[in-house]
Amino acid sequence: MRTPALLLIIAAVVALALVPILAPPFYANLLVPFFGYAIALLGFNLLFGYTGLLSFGHAMFLGLGAYGAAVIAGVLGIRQFEVVLIGVALGALVVALPVGFLCVRYTGIFFGMLTLAFGMLAHSILFKFYYLTGGDSGMRVPRMRILGLEFGAYNKIELLAGPFYYYCLVLLVLASLLMWRIVHSPFGLHLRSLRDNAQKAEYLGVRVRQFRLAAFVISAVYGAIGGAILGFRIGLADPELVHWTHSGHLVFMTVLGGFTSFLGPIAGALALTLLQDQLQSITQYWRFVLGAILAAMVIFFPRGLAGIAGDIAALFTRRKREVPA
Amino acid sequence: MTPLIETRGVSKHFGAFRALEDVSVAVSDGEFVSVVGPNGAGKTTLVNLLTGLLVPTKGEVFFKGANIAGVGPVALAKRGMARTFQLVQIFPQLTVAETIAAAVVSQQGKQWRLFAGVSEDVAVGARVREIAGIFGLQHRLESPSRMLSQGEKKLLDVASAFALAPELILLDEPTSGVSSAEKHGLMKTLIGAAKAAGVKAIILVEHDMDLVAAYSHRIIALAEGKVLADLPPGPFFSDPLIIETVVGKRRGH
Repeated sequence: MRTPALLLIIAAVVALALVPILAPPFYANLLVPFFGYAIALLGFNLLFGYTGLLSFGHAMFLGLGAYGAAVIAGVLGIRQFEVVLIGVALGALVVALPVGFLCVRYTGIFFGMLTLAFGMLAHSILFKFYYLTGGDSGMRVPRMRILGLEFGAYNKIELLAGPFYYYCLVLLVLASLLMWRIVHSPFGLHLRSLRDNAQKAEYLGVRVRQFRLAAFVISAVYGAIGGAILGFRIGLADPELVHWTHSGHLVFMTVLGGFTSFLGPIAGALALTLLQDQLQSITQYWRFVLGAILAAMVIFFPRGLAGIAGDIAALFTRRKREVPA
Repeated sequence: MTPLIETRGVSKHFGAFRALEDVSVAVSDGEFVSVVGPNGAGKTTLVNLLTGLLVPTKGEVFFKGANIAGVGPVALAKRGMARTFQLVQIFPQLTVAETIAAAVVSQQGKQWRLFAGVSEDVAVGARVREIAGIFGLQHRLESPSRMLSQGEKKLLDVASAFALAPELILLDEPTSGVSSAEKHGLMKTLIGAAKAAGVKAIILVEHDMDLVAAYSHRIIALAEGKVLADLPPGPFFSDPLIIETVVGKRRGH
């Protein structure tokens, strides 16, 4: 990665690390879901941006993460967040293998519709099996220890805006580094090749379906980890997390941020989290405004916020070159 | 000696349409064999059967002594067969180096390395530069494939197939879309590359009779799904009936 981009990322991480210290707890609390979404979208974009498969049912894995947290910490009483993370990652693996196996047989709109169908199926299961899942009232996600520490002196808001905030920031950095390795690995190269031209890729020895399935499973694991963070924050695993409109929300963030860029989805998650909060406090028609923004982005800036940033950077470097030496 | 690849009494029907009927052909080590015939003669079907993409309705296809009916392109790439397409096939968003590296990764069996950097892999990098050098693409390594000229895209398409280090390569009209002045240059590059890469046999599907005559050891002519002739260039081009069927009809278009 180029040095200026790296410096920018370090600056962004430092800025995020300063939020709980410099800003009121409200903001740190607001950003916790951003971490959850950012991790989930890193996975989502492995599937969408790098493998070329647009899922409209990805929220089911966020739901899996939140409900998994509710089961492990609430029902089973294992109130350790690390155990929850490992548990939901394994759960995502187990669910994504058969679901992905069926979905990756198709591409394009058919893949999208099939994932949408599985998402709706997951939603109705959670919604209707009242005695297991609490139906529309969801399942409680109790407070958990993080790194084995109770943080008993903190109330829930202080925990979220303090230790849990930093915990999630570190998780996001680790998840990003890991994903960075994956997309730049030989495996990632094969994903990008099959995205661009599946037939040609096959003749170059790329195992198209297997690799699509692997990307699906990895994206599901990332989704579940993001979902566990959301569950911890809200204290509730709600069926709305799995609703198809929530899957659309993920697509929205990714397009807003720019799926052609590695960090685009993270930028999208941050922008939408902040934007939604601002809009909600200004107008009750915030969904309308969000929709208009998305439409404008797709028409005028199809490469999203990351694309705009890239264009601005290119503008500056070009200007520098124009200055005679 | 057993042939590198052969079909034994292969037929392929699509519903009522008989694309190929009882075709038995073979290609051995060291051979350059051209497949010719008018449009609709079954050339593409034959190539798709030879590359394991289609399963024959009847008969068998053997590559290095093993039945390959329907095994698919990935398995064949592993066993040492590569092909290029009539319409140039590239990965628009990948660079030249990445395109060739995708094939090298398959050939070196590194595709399941999830956490190793592909650009830091010395063995992959060396092979990518070697292949790019053979095709004169060494100065374009970092260019996105979609920015290449049509001729360079063609070279890249073929280069990535050669990067698999195949024993047999099928070239489906490699010079289509290339100006006639450049056709011989491209063919010489391909044959030189094949020798450099250790390719044992080449199958060329081609309409251009100049190229067929200039480079083939043997010519297989298909007509209406059957083998019309399987002869060296000398006897082939001196048979007026064959020329009438294969070339004459094309002039009539």
